[in-house]
Amino acid sequence: MKKGKGMKFVGDSRITAEKVRFIPKDYSEYPGKTEAFWPNFLLKEWLAGSVFLVGFLCLVLAHPAPLEGPADPTDAAYLPLPDWYFLFLYQLLKYKFASAQYFVIGALVMPGLAFGGLMLAPFLDKGKGRRPNKRPISVSLMLLGIIAVFWLTWEAASHVDWEAKAEENRPIPPGSTVEIDTEDPGYAVYENNCLSCHGGQLEGVAGPALIGMEYSVEEIKQIAVEGIGDMPPGQFNGTEEELQQLAEFIVATNEQAAEDH
Amino acid sequence: MLQKIYDWVDERVDITPLWRDIADHEVPEHVNPAHNFSAFVYCFGGLTFFVTVIQILSGMFLTMYYVPDIENAWRSVYYLQTQVAHGQIVRGMHHWGASVVIVMLFLHTLRVFFQGAYKKPRELNWIVGVLIFFIMLGLGLTGYLLPWDNKAYFATVVTLEIAEGIPYIGEMTKTLLAGHPEIVGAQTLTRFFAIHVFFLPAALFALMAVHFILIRKQGISGPM
Repeated sequence: MKKGKGMKFVGDSRITAEKVRFIPKDYSEYPGKTEAFWPNFLLKEWLAGSVFLVGFLCLVLAHPAPLEGPADPTDAAYLPLPDWYFLFLYQLLKYKFASAQYFVIGALVMPGLAFGGLMLAPFLDKGKGRRPNKRPISVSLMLLGIIAVFWLTWEAASHVDWEAKAEENRPIPPGSTVEIDTEDPGYAVYENNCLSCHGGQLEGVAGPALIGMEYSVEEIKQIAVEGIGDMPPGQFNGTEEELQQLAEFIVATNEQAAEDH
Repeated sequence: MLQKIYDWVDERVDITPLWRDIADHEVPEHVNPAHNFSAFVYCFGGLTFFVTVIQILSGMFLTMYYVPDIENAWRSVYYLQTQVAHGQIVRGMHHWGASVVIVMLFLHTLRVFFQGAYKKPRELNWIVGVLIFFIMLGLGLTGYLLPWDNKAYFATVVTLEIAEGIPYIGEMTKTLLAGHPEIVGAQTLTRFFAIHVFFLPAALFALMAVHFILIRKQGISGPM
């Protein structure tokens, strides 16, 4: 295209004296049938968009957005993780060649080269051919990059027990103390078997809080005996009747807590 | 009636060329899934835009309840999630939309890349597109902190540590983002909120405008 400087214009206007403009190829020159965008094609796009929206809303309804407990900077045991689409960068920084004294390589050089290359792709891959088999270098580099990103993401995500992490970090409003019925026969059982890990207010100490759970009586009985996640089996020592009282006490306290909110 | 209004406006500001640019054009067969189903790969860009619109709208409604302050941020999200009618759905749309938009952007980028559609004359639009990708990642990064729960807080601490590790400009970058060289707290939250809600969307809108104007000006790349 012509550069701006030597251009001549028609009088005091923006119309160039010589009309050499870049005009994209008219679609009627392409083989096959064209279709009017408005309204024919737009109607079909609208339908495709609606189907997509229904699928998206099903996802939203099936899986409510997660929320953990309020930020607690003193929680030294918390395992920090970024959102899933940053996991590959996070994982990269765990390798020896990309951490400690090589931190700059992992944090700056490698992502910089990858994303810089992506951005400058049109200037690195200048050949005329558009088909992938006409440009083997750029295509294979891209495939390599995709494989690396998927693999790093998998490596980072597969070692995390996501369900246990969510379970240990349930959203409980700060300062919301539930009234614990210490007269309940279940509380005595709780005191003997569970209090040391789950706290006097069911607020959680070494183990997670027991407020805000959605377990049934039967499920709690099973967990108390068989354990779950990091909780080993055999924590409960007592009779079947005491186990029943304990589970009913925990469920009742949870129902009470749910009503208070 | 509509025609009359159109004519009245058109007579004064000549909107027909604008209308022609936006709507009155032909869609070639090779991008039309109705003719050739494999052309659905051309939908990824449009779907990215669609999810972006969902993000803008749901985000606007979220700010009606959200309070960017360390005492109340978590509580306001918790209230929205548990008490407000349809709050869970609006927050769910924004949460899942943030992931879906990244997936769609990724697929759109792959489509353009493997078809070699970024070659002359479309180099500039490719660069604009990659910049949009970066902006989206920035939106994801800053938005992740806003609920001020444990995962948000600790992810941000790690992010800021990584920023701090950059030689020469690391500490400046960290202070700029966090509002303080040491503390990740109230200032960090308000800065991330401002970046998430004002700075990055402004950049996103400008880049999207350029992206679309260039598409209309250059047309869709031809069949392979």
